[in-house]
Amino acid sequence: MIPLEYYLILSAFLFVTGVTGVITRRNAIVVFMSIELMLNAANLTFVAYSSFFGDVVGQLFVFFVMAVAAAEVAIGLAIIIALFRNKETINIDEINILKW
Amino acid sequence: MDFNLSDITGYLPLVILAAVVLISLVIEMYIKSAPKILPWLTVISFLGLSYQSLLTIGKPGSFFNNMLATGGHVNIFWFLFNFGGAVVALITIDYLKKTEIYHGEYYILLQSSVLGMMLIAGAKDLIMVFVGLELMSLTFYILAGFARKRLFSNEAALKYFLLGAFATGFIVYGLALIYGSSQTLNIDKLYEHFTFESKNIVGIIGLFLFFAGFAFKIASVPFHMWVPDVYQGAPTSTTALMSTVGKAAAFSALIIVVSPAFGKEKATEILTPLVATFATLSMVYGSITAIMQTDIKRMLAYSSIVHAGYMLIGLAAGNKEGIDGVIFYLIAYSFMNLGAFGLISVLEGKEEKNLAISDYTGLGSKYPVLAGLLALFMFSLTGIPPFAAFFGKYYVFMAAIRADLLWLAIVGIAASAISLYFYLRVVVVMYFGKDESKFEVTSSNPALTGIIVSALLVILMGVLPGSIIDLIAKF
Amino acid sequence: MTLEQVLFGFFALVAVVSAVMMITGKNPVVSALFLVLNFGALSGTYVLLRAQFIAVVQIIVYAGAIMVLFLFVLMLLRPDREQSYFKDKPQMKLLAIIVGVLMLAQIAYAVLSTTTGKVAEEASRIETGTIENIGRELYTTYLLPFEAIAFVLLTATLGALVLSKKKLD
Repeated sequence: MIPLEYYLILSAFLFVTGVTGVITRRNAIVVFMSIELMLNAANLTFVAYSSFFGDVVGQLFVFFVMAVAAAEVAIGLAIIIALFRNKETINIDEINILKW
Repeated sequence: MDFNLSDITGYLPLVILAAVVLISLVIEMYIKSAPKILPWLTVISFLGLSYQSLLTIGKPGSFFNNMLATGGHVNIFWFLFNFGGAVVALITIDYLKKTEIYHGEYYILLQSSVLGMMLIAGAKDLIMVFVGLELMSLTFYILAGFARKRLFSNEAALKYFLLGAFATGFIVYGLALIYGSSQTLNIDKLYEHFTFESKNIVGIIGLFLFFAGFAFKIASVPFHMWVPDVYQGAPTSTTALMSTVGKAAAFSALIIVVSPAFGKEKATEILTPLVATFATLSMVYGSITAIMQTDIKRMLAYSSIVHAGYMLIGLAAGNKEGIDGVIFYLIAYSFMNLGAFGLISVLEGKEEKNLAISDYTGLGSKYPVLAGLLALFMFSLTGIPPFAAFFGKYYVFMAAIRADLLWLAIVGIAASAISLYFYLRVVVVMYFGKDESKFEVTSSNPALTGIIVSALLVILMGVLPGSIIDLIAKF
Repeated sequence: MTLEQVLFGFFALVAVVSAVMMITGKNPVVSALFLVLNFGALSGTYVLLRAQFIAVVQIIVYAGAIMVLFLFVLMLLRPDREQSYFKDKPQMKLLAIIVGVLMLAQIAYAVLSTTTGKVAEEASRIETGTIENIGRELYTTYLLPFEAIAFVLLTATLGALVLSKKKLD
């Protein structure tokens, strides 16, 4: 059996990779994909704990995270499309009439 | 699962609001006169629900297999969300027409966001906190981008969305670690095995990440970068919604989840410095930056950061007085800001003009009523005695002193002194500036009603603070 | 080495490599495809964790629905290829990576130094993740959040429509 720690460290790595992606990338869609990676890392932690505790709640939470992620994607991409119609860019550095 | 019909009075507001959302959807789709019906349906149902929330305030209960709690503080929050929602709806009616972005969906989204807030405040399980928070946040992202033809609004929505989703990532990962250390997501049982010792470091990191994510939602430094841009870029009625009741909802989650942790041993060594740091940074940074602002919505955004700092003092105190003070402060702050943003939305020109503070020059002689009301809200935001925020600050600072955090209260008082400058500058400009502005004030009776109601509440809370804090402290 | 260890090593390696490729890739479409691969590998680890239902939903929802939406929008907007990862502001990125490594070290230290609670029996671990078990909990104990999530999805539909429909009347 694989120890719990292996899963947790894998998920911590994915989470940190996602955070790094959000901070360093400039393309709004890639930033958003990095956020999805963070959510998935959290899901892995939940499933790992849930499986080792033999407790279903963690897996239920993952189910809810997935539903929310789907909703978030729909809205996020709609916002990006609305912005693209007006400005023809999705580079965060160029989105700057408001001064960040 | 036991289902008891007599239970329903407890969670009736939730059921009604959910039904109103669905009915509004049908009205918007099939009925021609929807633009006339929807706003008033929203206002009336919010008012009814806030009344209903107050009715069952003394009946604590827990429903749906311990997923939802009602009574006491929950109902106070429900009242705040619904009443605030009603004021926002009143402000919105003429604002959407003026800026030509009317779509009936605005009201439906407004209702769903309040539904999300009610779920957060009543949550008994972290899953409920998460789902409610997402329902609220997702509607805020949409409402911020609602003026979809305007680049300002698009940008605000994108920034809010990306950073908000980033914060959600932190919250979810934090929850995962908390789950790992507590083996449950039920809030009552969460802290049974939780300790602040180094063997539970995973749980502590989880709690930190959770707090950081919510620090974003309540607009506290260092997670404040989005606040000025989003408040400025979003339609004014949306800003009014998210800066007041939205903040209150995020605070209710902190009160439910983080404040019980203060009861644990050693919590004051780890948790108090963390919250106190956030509070100090918010107050100092916010009040210094606010001085330099020229746009009134940006100025109020920084002011909102400062107020988040004051409220965090109450949380840092970690005692019951602190929590009661925060709730009092949230109610006071919500209505002051609703009034201020309501006035801004009335004074705002068509293409988002008249938003610089210098545009308000000479308002006092031209529109004495509006100027008087704005001055009232500015005085109240400063925390001058006869108005609500003074007592909010008083309760929060007293709680801090009782928890041996005298220095935090002193920082708070210093920040209030600085904030005197940027609030009163608006008043000075209005009354003592030379009259050269050419204002086009759209008269709006609904908005004015909302503003006057807020003003009355602010005065009432200033005149009778004792009875209100007693009501809050009773639970 | 047992088969389980081999499989875990394989899935973990794929997940790690694809995650790194995703955030460093020049072409956003390629990044998206790496993310799909990452989700697939995670689904494999879910099976190893005896979470069958979540593993299947991971493929259907994440890899199937969400990533298709991403790819659709990417194709629609056709963003430019970006410069290679370290060309633009390399110091900034190096700093971000150092911060990331520190964060990882911290979490890893925390995980390793924490004593794990009870570990369930193999039989109950398998029982936990079945569709039957999850469905029962979802429709009894967690009924209220389940209803609430319906409103989240409704709101999302409404919002996507309001924000991106070409003509709104």
